[in-house]
Amino acid sequence: MLKRFIYSREGILSLIVLAMFFSVGAISPDFISLTNSIGIFNDTAILIMLALGQMLVILTRCIDLSVAANVAFTGMLVAMVNQAFPDISMAFLILLSLLVGAFLGAINGLFVWLLKVPSIVITLGTMSIYRGATFLLSDGAWVNSHQMSKSFIGLPRFEILSIPVLGWTAIFLIVLAFWTMKFSVWGRNFYAAGGNPMAAFYSGVNVGKVQFYGFLVSGTLAGLCGYFWVSRFAVAYVDVANGFELQVIAACVIGGVSIIGGLGSVIGCVIGALFIGVVNNALPIIGVSPFWQMAISGTVIIIAVIANASSNKDKARIILRKPDQASRFLSTQSH
Amino acid sequence: MDTIIKKSTTPDALSTSRLQGFLRWETFLILIVFLVCVMNSYLSPYFLDPWNLSDATFNFTEKALIALPMAMLIIAKEIDISVAAIISLSSTLMGLVAQMGAPVYGVVFVGVLVGSACGLFNGVLVTRFKIPSIVVTIGTMSLFRGISYILLGDQVVRDYPDGFEFFGQGYVYWVFSFELVLFVLFALLFYWLLHRTTFGRYTYAIGNNPTASYYSGIKVDKHRLTLFTLVGVMSGIAAVLLTSRLGSTRPSIAMGWELSIITMVVLGGVSILGGSGTIGGVVLAVILMGLVTFGMGLLNIPGIVMTIIVGVMLIVVVSLPVLITLYKNSLKHSK
Amino acid sequence: MNDAIFSLKKVSKVFPGVKALDGVDLHLYPGQVTALIGENGAGKSTLVKTMTGIYQPDGGEIIFNGQPVQFHSPHDSHALGITAIHQETVLFDDLTVAENIFLGNYPMKKRGLTRYLSIDWSTMVTRSQEILSSIKADMDPNQILRELSIGQKHMVGIARALSIDAKVVILDEPTAALSHHEIQELYELVNTLKQQGKAILFITHKFDEIFALADRYTVFRDGCYVAEGLIEDTNEAALVEMMVARSIEATYPKKEVKIGETLLEVSHLCHATEFDNISFSLKKGEILGVYGLVGSGRTEVMQALFGTTQPITGTVKMNGEKVTIHSPKEAIDNGIVYVPEERQKQGVVLELPIYQNVSLPQMKSLVKQGQIDQESEMNLARQYCERLQVKASSWNEKVMNLSGGNQQKVVIAKWLATNPKVIILDEPTKGIDIGSKAAVHEFMSELVEAGLSVIMVSSELPEILGMSDRILVMNEGLMVGELSRMNATPEKVVSMATGGSLAC
Repeated sequence: MLKRFIYSREGILSLIVLAMFFSVGAISPDFISLTNSIGIFNDTAILIMLALGQMLVILTRCIDLSVAANVAFTGMLVAMVNQAFPDISMAFLILLSLLVGAFLGAINGLFVWLLKVPSIVITLGTMSIYRGATFLLSDGAWVNSHQMSKSFIGLPRFEILSIPVLGWTAIFLIVLAFWTMKFSVWGRNFYAAGGNPMAAFYSGVNVGKVQFYGFLVSGTLAGLCGYFWVSRFAVAYVDVANGFELQVIAACVIGGVSIIGGLGSVIGCVIGALFIGVVNNALPIIGVSPFWQMAISGTVIIIAVIANASSNKDKARIILRKPDQASRFLSTQSH
Repeated sequence: MDTIIKKSTTPDALSTSRLQGFLRWETFLILIVFLVCVMNSYLSPYFLDPWNLSDATFNFTEKALIALPMAMLIIAKEIDISVAAIISLSSTLMGLVAQMGAPVYGVVFVGVLVGSACGLFNGVLVTRFKIPSIVVTIGTMSLFRGISYILLGDQVVRDYPDGFEFFGQGYVYWVFSFELVLFVLFALLFYWLLHRTTFGRYTYAIGNNPTASYYSGIKVDKHRLTLFTLVGVMSGIAAVLLTSRLGSTRPSIAMGWELSIITMVVLGGVSILGGSGTIGGVVLAVILMGLVTFGMGLLNIPGIVMTIIVGVMLIVVVSLPVLITLYKNSLKHSK
Repeated sequence: MNDAIFSLKKVSKVFPGVKALDGVDLHLYPGQVTALIGENGAGKSTLVKTMTGIYQPDGGEIIFNGQPVQFHSPHDSHALGITAIHQETVLFDDLTVAENIFLGNYPMKKRGLTRYLSIDWSTMVTRSQEILSSIKADMDPNQILRELSIGQKHMVGIARALSIDAKVVILDEPTAALSHHEIQELYELVNTLKQQGKAILFITHKFDEIFALADRYTVFRDGCYVAEGLIEDTNEAALVEMMVARSIEATYPKKEVKIGETLLEVSHLCHATEFDNISFSLKKGEILGVYGLVGSGRTEVMQALFGTTQPITGTVKMNGEKVTIHSPKEAIDNGIVYVPEERQKQGVVLELPIYQNVSLPQMKSLVKQGQIDQESEMNLARQYCERLQVKASSWNEKVMNLSGGNQQKVVIAKWLATNPKVIILDEPTKGIDIGSKAAVHEFMSELVEAGLSVIMVSSELPEILGMSDRILVMNEGLMVGELSRMNATPEKVVSMATGGSLAC
């Protein structure tokens, strides 16, 4: 089992991330201290959660470009509600962010499910719409930290066993996603629908509905992250998380989620996100300007997909059965 | 021998069929363009001023130059979302050679050369490793812009040689700017290329059925490579214009442009699934987007509202045909 | 005799341009194997898809256990215990063997915190192991499907079909991709299923299998029901007659054409995994038939000549001169063209108009002053489409609006327009209606009269015997025999193709 993991894509990737982590630690021991490790994880928590949602979407051969705009809209909405009613219960605000996010995700999902429109176009469109709607909602104004209530800002920072609530939320979602994608029929259906939609249909899986669920989950998580984002950075404005959708997709691709669907794991996805998180946090430590970060993740995406492409090449159909024929061929070819 | 060849009476084309093709999306676009013109001139007395109109063209010509080859690329079932990053890298290198004292033609040469090289790089990755172009260009998007950040950091380059400002700010004759004239010329060139030449025909064939195209003796990979390079070249040219117009370079230049360019293409009636679309439609979509932006500027409506309208248009464009088919089918079944 | 558990009564299925099933009847009995017999295009695959709820019939009745039933989705037929092993594998390459077997029907945990919510992976693996060993398939249930061979994948498909408590098992040409050894195991399996009282529908081309396994038969021809009965009351000749219902000579417009010099010479053509040591020659004015079962490597050899199966070793000579072919372009330049079996995927661009499909391989020759000369393009298309009598409302019509037969004619027109020397036809009449079939056959005769050479790959025996001057037979990637028109008999050809000893 362990051997299998180490030789798998996730295994190799986690070794790379660990190697990176510890070699930075060799330069600056503080980096691998428990506090800093928790800090890195906490920094990456939002990326991890969004990447988990995006993974479901990508598994079914779709893509969700609207997540970052969803984050901005939902974040702005809950921030404004909090500003208007400072005493409102946090449970209500979190529920609100989940529902609003789910609603925005469901819009994407319905178009893909019922109209079979390519998801890249739909989410490209809703990405502009959600971002524009954020502007209309706020009239371009910012909600600053002094306009937010104490509990609104405090909740993600509240530490339990020295891990902040934001980190715990990510941990909870990782465990939930792991269980769902491994042990529930609902989760396995994503692999079926994306791996071979025709065969999935033959097996009684409603592919369109599964795609809808993917967008629904991606949207719900984006809504939750909307709250976390504005509360963590203690500011809400129109351009929150601008361009972040590409980092989310990058985390998935680095983590081995195949863009052509049907292949990807929760662990891979988390490690892919952590890879980006570790790089972001390590660069200042080792004295490399943070401006390197973008080029590094670009290079890693390219390397990851090339590695994927060469390992996934379909093996040739084999008609010849006798092994000696094949070997004879190989020897004639080498002449 | 009974090899009597029956003379068939099949006509070359049904008399309406050629018209019908044009009657659909393009006519609709013309109508909207006309409506927007009427509305704008009614709402604002400044709209019909030739200098104002000429100024308005600056906000789309650079994007439109990339939309032309992008349309061909999407027709061929590929996509390039790294175009804005190509602009950034190309502009950055132009800035660096300008700082080293390169003359005007040297700066322009570097800009176009870098663009072409980036396009070629995308093309090689897609054709050589058989990776979906959306993933490749998500990667190179980070890579190209990332290199800009590495090279420039938060610097801004402003030392361009005298005369360089002509490309983005100069006028060829009366109100006709260099950018506008260049766009018109390239639009004609791409119209000819897509609709009159073998290259264009191959583009449609590959976009509709790459396998059958390959089986018909078309060098499919070479064609794709050429298209990616073409997009790179045009991005390089756009980078020259944009840099010249702004008179400055920073790594964040042209951020988010890839989405407005793809929106122009899809709005112009090019199918995101490949295989169909016209340059005429794209040009109309470009004009439409330009006019609406301009009109809203005159009315002091913030630009971000435009993004909502564009998003809605995008979704309507792709959903409408599906809805019509569904409606037709439901009629058939009720009979 | 007990009653049929599953019956089709007057079931029809229409596709645009083709009536795939025309009021067919079929009865399956518990504990019996019914063989469904028919040529390619007789409607067998459509029938399977109708029985399993993938297609909804346009007319007629499906009766299960005496009750009329309707299948709105594959799920409905599955729920009744109807299971099929499809011709093409409908499995998931990136999932494990065990999951492929149980997908859609997972065993759930019966205890613990997450009972009924949680998939029981260990039970799934054990039960997969049981099912796999019951069909003597030796593989690890935890293996990823992608790593298996075609034959092994097929066994997974069978295991999948057996994972539910099936009452009706449909085997759609199950032996096409299996080795001799695997076929023997399959026979045993079918007998076991029979003893368990399952009703089995066995679809096959091979008569030895019918007589070895089946209790009853049903014959289809061109989407119509022809006859049914008990195997013991019939023999091979009678079945063939029902299947074909016409004598070979009468329907094939074979013309005597003077056969000329050797044009194409292929020697020692090898490919690492698909075929080995293929040598043959083709003369001017000759129709060379290539016969072999599906998966015998015949298509791969032809695609190697056309430059799409690569890399290969060996030599190809045209008119005595050695040529190298690495791509379709080089093949076309050397006068070799290929009409593929997968017409819609490899032959035509469905969304483009007819005239643009015809001109596609030789756009370069239609260029005047840098741009396409539309006048000569249209002339070219008109000339060849009229010669082939393509039926269309205009030459500007999209190919997707044409019937299968007319699409095939467009592909042939496209290639003729390039003035080829050798035209390879891969299953030229598969899936097209009788009328167009005859037209294609007639046209083949015209082609050789005009001095072309034709290679025709087909798994339809009558077509091979009726049209070929010479017949090559392939089996498991090897060229196993050559017969002249005079010497060829159905028995000899089939025996060679199935690795029998009769012809040696």
